[in-house]
Amino acid sequence: MNLTVNGKKLSAEPAPGQCLRTFLREHGWFGVKKGCDQGDCGACTVHIDGIPFHSCLMPAYRAEGRAVTTIEGLAPDGKLHPMQRAFLEAQAFQCGFCAAGMIMTAATFDEEALQDLPRLLKGNLCRCTGYHSIDDALHGVVNVEEDVAGEACGRSLHNPFAEAIVTGKARYTLDVPTEDALHLKVLRSPHPHARIKSIKRDKAMAVPGVVAVFTWEDVPRKLYSTATHEDHLVDPDDTYMLDNVVRFVGQRVAAVVAETEGAAETGCRLLEVEYELLPTVFDPEVAMEPGAPILHDKSVAFQDNVYVDIHGELGNVEQGFKQADAIHEMTYSTSRAQHVHLETHGSLAWRGDDGRLHVRTSSQAPFIAKQKLCYLFGLYDRDVHVFTERIGGGFGGKQEMISEDLCALAALKTRRPVMWEFTRAEQFIGATTRHPMTTHVKLGAKRDGTLTAIQVRVVSNTGAYGGHGGETLAAALSSPIAAYRCVNKKADGYAVYTNMVPAGGFRGYGATQTTFAIECAMDDLAKLLGMSPFEIRRINKVRETDRIESIWKEASDVMFGSYGIDQCLDLVEKALKSGRGLPKPEGDDWLEGTGVALAMLDSGPPTEHRSGAEMRLLADGTYHLAVGSTEMGNGSTTSHCQLAASVLGTRAGSIAIINGDTDQTPYDTGTFASTGTVVAGQAVEKTALALRDVLTDFASRQFGCEPADCRLQDDAIICANRKIPLAELHAAGAKVGDRFVVRRKAYLSPRSVGFNVQGVRVAVHRVTGEIMTLQSVHAADIGRLINPMQCRGQLDGAIAMGFGWALYEKMVYDANGAMVNPALRDYRIPAFADVPRSELYFADTYDTVGPLGAKAQGECAINAVAPAIANAVADATGVRFPDLPLTPDRIFDKLGSRS
Amino acid sequence: MNLNTVTAVKRPASTDEIPEWREGCAWLAGGTWLFSTPQIDTHTLIDLESLRWPALKATADGLEIAATCTIAELERFQAPTEWAAAPLLRLCSHALLMSFKIYNAATVGGNICMSLPAGAMISLTTSLEGSYNLWPRKGKPRQVSALDFVTGNHKNVLEPGELLRSIHLPASALTKRFAFRRNSLTHLGRSAALIIGTQTKKGGDLLLTVTAATAKPIQLRFDRLPSAEALRRAIEANVAEADWFDDVHGSAPYKRHLTYYYAEQIRAELAGK
Repeated sequence: MNLTVNGKKLSAEPAPGQCLRTFLREHGWFGVKKGCDQGDCGACTVHIDGIPFHSCLMPAYRAEGRAVTTIEGLAPDGKLHPMQRAFLEAQAFQCGFCAAGMIMTAATFDEEALQDLPRLLKGNLCRCTGYHSIDDALHGVVNVEEDVAGEACGRSLHNPFAEAIVTGKARYTLDVPTEDALHLKVLRSPHPHARIKSIKRDKAMAVPGVVAVFTWEDVPRKLYSTATHEDHLVDPDDTYMLDNVVRFVGQRVAAVVAETEGAAETGCRLLEVEYELLPTVFDPEVAMEPGAPILHDKSVAFQDNVYVDIHGELGNVEQGFKQADAIHEMTYSTSRAQHVHLETHGSLAWRGDDGRLHVRTSSQAPFIAKQKLCYLFGLYDRDVHVFTERIGGGFGGKQEMISEDLCALAALKTRRPVMWEFTRAEQFIGATTRHPMTTHVKLGAKRDGTLTAIQVRVVSNTGAYGGHGGETLAAALSSPIAAYRCVNKKADGYAVYTNMVPAGGFRGYGATQTTFAIECAMDDLAKLLGMSPFEIRRINKVRETDRIESIWKEASDVMFGSYGIDQCLDLVEKALKSGRGLPKPEGDDWLEGTGVALAMLDSGPPTEHRSGAEMRLLADGTYHLAVGSTEMGNGSTTSHCQLAASVLGTRAGSIAIINGDTDQTPYDTGTFASTGTVVAGQAVEKTALALRDVLTDFASRQFGCEPADCRLQDDAIICANRKIPLAELHAAGAKVGDRFVVRRKAYLSPRSVGFNVQGVRVAVHRVTGEIMTLQSVHAADIGRLINPMQCRGQLDGAIAMGFGWALYEKMVYDANGAMVNPALRDYRIPAFADVPRSELYFADTYDTVGPLGAKAQGECAINAVAPAIANAVADATGVRFPDLPLTPDRIFDKLGSRS
Repeated sequence: MNLNTVTAVKRPASTDEIPEWREGCAWLAGGTWLFSTPQIDTHTLIDLESLRWPALKATADGLEIAATCTIAELERFQAPTEWAAAPLLRLCSHALLMSFKIYNAATVGGNICMSLPAGAMISLTTSLEGSYNLWPRKGKPRQVSALDFVTGNHKNVLEPGELLRSIHLPASALTKRFAFRRNSLTHLGRSAALIIGTQTKKGGDLLLTVTAATAKPIQLRFDRLPSAEALRRAIEANVAEADWFDDVHGSAPYKRHLTYYYAEQIRAELAGK
């Protein structure tokens, strides 16, 4: 067929059932993204004869004779369309994966459309921004500031890849030509627990195009964990790449690689697997009972389903409860949620001409993935290269090696490049989730509100495999309890194996779940005592002079590098009292209430975490910075450039950055646990300081002045009264063999803490159970803001995710442990219409631990959101809803109305 | 998504060119559902777009909607002013979960043939007392009332290969006044209840159509406007417990609750007119 794409004539035949999205990508238009492939997310939006369509739903052949425009062709001749410019100037994206579709959609809007944005944008999902900056772009708000030499830190500078993102040129994981690559697909288990008796592969192998089939008999029989941490011992080695026992519905059974995706899918369907069904258990409480089916029986350490249990007591809670005038006790629970990063998991692996294994992947931890690949395949470190380019979101979901291994296996065995892209359904059934936790909280307090005892029992459902199970449980029992001063604290926690999809790391990492429980319980206690929610928190919050301790007697390395909780509470209380926000809708059926919750979170993980950076002066007088950490929308590349520019007295734009590549950047544990600023950023700061010293030392020797009289300024160095361009300095160095390259490493100890306070005013409809957010206020104590716009973006995004978790998101399962709603139309993440615009405030603090006064910020904001909403709903209705999510159909019948 | 099992696409230019129907054939209208989920049993798509059926035809008798009329065409339709119920075209279009971009491809017929409880084109055409013109593969076209078409969640009266050709909305229904209520668990999400009441111009009667809350549309006809209690009893009597549709977009008890609530609001609203 003939058509034009972005003004260019194209003549090509699509496959009969091919959609336009893949057809366009096949011809190199990688700006057309796949977020869902089902018409729900809008990332693939293109124009056909000027009209916007979701190209994943459009039969490719229908484009015959028509003019198709993708993001790459929205503005001709390398210029920017006004909407691209608006997105650039508002910086209306974070990972940028949704931006192409969002811009293509918004480019069709007129003035009138601005009045109807909630409806017109419901087909464009963004998981990073919380839509605030997108709304800004549509209203012409400029958020980016000018890049001024020496003033990079503290400014709202744009992402270094911003222009590539808004023009569709940024290359995400699978945005590369792959004509010669084989496609990998996996057959997933329909059973929650079964032993594989046999797999017949003849029929699959007979499918034209099928090249190989891999089952448990073809993989290294080595146990490992798919979870990625610096310390491999914090996760259990309980997983085989492919196993002869399946422990959850969706576990991979076999992989088929073929010339086409279709052949691989057909091959999977034709595999004949004989299963012996085994008894199942889905509820962690039941799984702990004697006689429950045991999931893992591989070693002396595993004799029951409790993967890990944690216990601790400070003081004596029994005594504490005796001293209490009031005791509140209740069980709270949180739901299973998925990250829904818009870019699904995916990898491309090949054996290079250099004989090495190369893996291009969507990972938050390429270096750990590389170590695991070396271990699994018995390869030397030097023979493996794992790298990322642009990543479309992570949120902890990509702190997991779940696509790289099979691609590597297939590439090694077939000697062909092999790619595998998860479908959106596979994200739900075959990736990881947040750990659902049930938390029993018992609080004792004096009449004046002083806590006398805190006791918590947490049961965490880690699913079929235990990666992150121990660390999330420890996090759950740590900062949410340490946030309050009380001499008597006790907790018991259990992370339990069940025949459910494995849980993993997810923004907030366990602390989110228990913060929900404890913050709800604090409000319930306040009500019991007739106190205000702010008052009870002010009385009991940890103080600057206190030790930061939860339930353990051992000393920890957490300290107050800064302390801003007072400011946060004051800011939120004042904002809630301001009268801003929407008024309560008219009518007696609407009940109004306010809620608040606080959250404290360690600024970085308790486990080992290392980062390295390398920096060099280039011949043209600009800099090159290589950082091992990954960028998946967290903004670390921007802030790293700013940190380095700040130290070197230059503009952020003078620093070219590369990251997340085991060949081209120094080692980094991975970007998770809020380490992008506090560990990797620290490495960057140290590296920039070292380069500054190298440059001033050289200049002082070369030009005969004291090092103290030398300082870097923009693209030059000032030596006493002389100004020498850096290009000239580089040339001088080159003559004597000086390469101006430095490398530094950073580690994280001690660690600081950050605070967040969320306030919400809601209206709840007594009959329909609808919850309307009238005002949302958030205050964060995250130290100095390296990039205020990005900090606001992280907060907005975390708040939106918190609203989703509190009000909408729930993975629902049938009696066989199969997910009922593995699609974005049925598992609803917040859309534009669902997220209120929050008022954001920052405590005025400067951290003494983090780089240039900054603290971690990516995670903690989410923790305070759900309990604040739940507290507001309880305040409005007088009824406590202890289980998330608070969907109208789960709350209406307790509101005492008859329809 | 790619439908990798599809090996052939037929694009008939006229009805004579429609090929023999076999197991594994699928009618393709907008494709917005077909291409949204794996169709591993489908090998042939028969594209109805190439038949170029006129989308909408308004006459004194009412409105003729081709099955291939897109939601966008329906949503933008400028109705004769005497059709007091015409705003329902837009309201029901906007009640769909799909984005406005999907309106440009999705069809009225496609939404009806999907036969999901929350299919707002079913709500629309049922409340406006429509009838569907069905083309069996063999034999003469037959008429089925909109109310009788959907038989359950994702189920309808179509025989294998039978085609929905068009929908007729009678002028007698289009000239009625109406009241509309809808709710979903998320803002602008999939309907948990979509309830429409219509009333003749002379007033005093009520036709209540319950959709989304029930697996198939339920319609209650009252020649005289019932009391609140009578309406309640009528719903109780006509909707079996098992008919309330339970899914991730709302529990059955909630949908029942909303139905009673909105039905009474609609009754009161139309009583006041």
